[in-house]
Amino acid sequence: MKIIDKKAVQHVAFLSRLALDDSESEEYCAQLESILSYIEKLNEIDTKNVQPTTHALSSLKNVFRKDTLGPSLDVEAVLKNAPSREGVFFKVPQVIESLGKASGSDLKMHRRVEGE
Amino acid sequence: MDNLYSLTAHKLKELIEKNGLDPSKILQDLFKRIGALDDKIKAFVLVNKNKTFEAHKSPSAKNRGKLSGIPIVIKDNICVKDELTTCASKILEGFRPPYDATVVRKLKEEGAQLIGKANMDEFAFGSSCETSCYGPTYNPWDLTRIPGGSSGGSAAAVASDQTILAIGSDTGGSIRQPAALCGVVGLKPTYGRVSRYGLIAFASSLDQIGPITKDVTDGAILLSVIAGHDEMDSTSVDLPVPDYTNALIKDVKGLRIGVPKEYFIKGIDAEVYSSVKKAISILKDLGAIVAEISLPHTEYAVSTYYIIAPAEASSNLARFDGVQYGFRDKTSKDMIEMYIQTRHKGFGKEAKRRILLGTYCLSSGYYDAYYLKGQKVRTKIKEDFEEAFKRCDCIVTPTSPTPAFKVGEKTEDPLSMYLSDIYTIPANLAGLPGISIPCGFSKEGLPIGLQILAKPFDEETIFRAAYTFEQNTDFHKRKPVL
Repeated sequence: MKIIDKKAVQHVAFLSRLALDDSESEEYCAQLESILSYIEKLNEIDTKNVQPTTHALSSLKNVFRKDTLGPSLDVEAVLKNAPSREGVFFKVPQVIESLGKASGSDLKMHRRVEGE
Repeated sequence: MDNLYSLTAHKLKELIEKNGLDPSKILQDLFKRIGALDDKIKAFVLVNKNKTFEAHKSPSAKNRGKLSGIPIVIKDNICVKDELTTCASKILEGFRPPYDATVVRKLKEEGAQLIGKANMDEFAFGSSCETSCYGPTYNPWDLTRIPGGSSGGSAAAVASDQTILAIGSDTGGSIRQPAALCGVVGLKPTYGRVSRYGLIAFASSLDQIGPITKDVTDGAILLSVIAGHDEMDSTSVDLPVPDYTNALIKDVKGLRIGVPKEYFIKGIDAEVYSSVKKAISILKDLGAIVAEISLPHTEYAVSTYYIIAPAEASSNLARFDGVQYGFRDKTSKDMIEMYIQTRHKGFGKEAKRRILLGTYCLSSGYYDAYYLKGQKVRTKIKEDFEEAFKRCDCIVTPTSPTPAFKVGEKTEDPLSMYLSDIYTIPANLAGLPGISIPCGFSKEGLPIGLQILAKPFDEETIFRAAYTFEQNTDFHKRKPVL
């Protein structure tokens, strides 16, 4: 029995925000099938009463720090890598069509706050 | 005298401190070497000639750090402030980090000279250095073969004397396997020993940064510099950092060495088998107590790893969406399309394969069958080691089942590629430290590596066993003819 089919691969691709054409889907489907059937081996082991290991360190506990102000990265230095920017913001294509105008004026408002 | 490029860091340190060697001579020597070899081996994605020289113009003799004047190469998935850091992926095209990784900061503070970034498998996904967007790195011992991966550029640069030291990262063997295949020393420290801050994450519960060096002494020096707690990485452990050079003891008398029977099975190359067996008998002759042990869940390690590592990777790689840094597809009209096209055009084949596999294992309806099952088997694998270490101080195995394979040999069959990490993966799943040191050569002249594993935070036992073996053999002295 097949573990994974082309439709499942395309679904997973969408969840992963990847685009696969037909031949890529087929190629990945065959490869994932072979990897997943190798992984099936794990079913040989009875893990009913076994605790999962999420982390290699058994001594691990949550790490807290004092909630105090400290220096952070310079905004200009961070934005230098942005593919597109406007003022102190990362600029992206429009998210929701009908809000195109509104978000423009929001931006202006924010910029006034930033003193630009 | 030997060329400066062929020396170790500890030898150069001695020449600088005692004989007044001008460190800029090392750099000149090295850049000449890189100029002659880089086209053949392609270990570098970036060579940093001018800046290093400039940084070195005023070395103050009084402020000499532990690595003052010593050249080092950094794997391309570790952030160096204002220098290209791309994980050998198109999706990080042009990325210049606004900060230094903690290991890079420590290296700079100790006066190391960062001469370049080393090639790697894209996002460290691979065992051959062939998935890099820049093209493959070639093995200095045979240019038709792969150097191993994912830290293949780092290992090849060290093996071909194009650097003195190198930094790599190891998620499933990515330091130890290329070190073995290139005939150099590579150490994966205990999970939590070295800060991961500034290491671009692949699988956060497995990743660890470590040294790749020409001998064991250099490995101990380099680990002493980069190890330690860091508040920027909450998984780094707050334990004192020993001076690991004190662990370079040339004596294994009474050391209990376990040899897992499950590691010497069908599929292992005959020459690897005999070299490793020979190495074990050398250690025994030197006074170690050798006993067969069992790690019964060994055969499940690769399956477990190929659930957990891609699952974590698919989550870590979600951040590459064209918004904040790197490549963005500019043709898309809306946000979702921009994400999809950016990732489609930015990621290579293996990265996509792992994202798909990981997302599948985490997706609704499959989580319990794959991810949770993988985590439970991980517990069994960890318990195997805990049980074994009641009876031995360290475990000795082959590092890789075969010597370096041919370029292109395994690229069409991902599963066969994955199986080349069969001996290194368990240490990552259990969080253990492990080293690979040269222990022989095949008839064709390809290096073979010996892996030594120890209990968490017991790198000292590893150094002791490795140093004793190295000082009693000559394998580390042989160099590729280039």
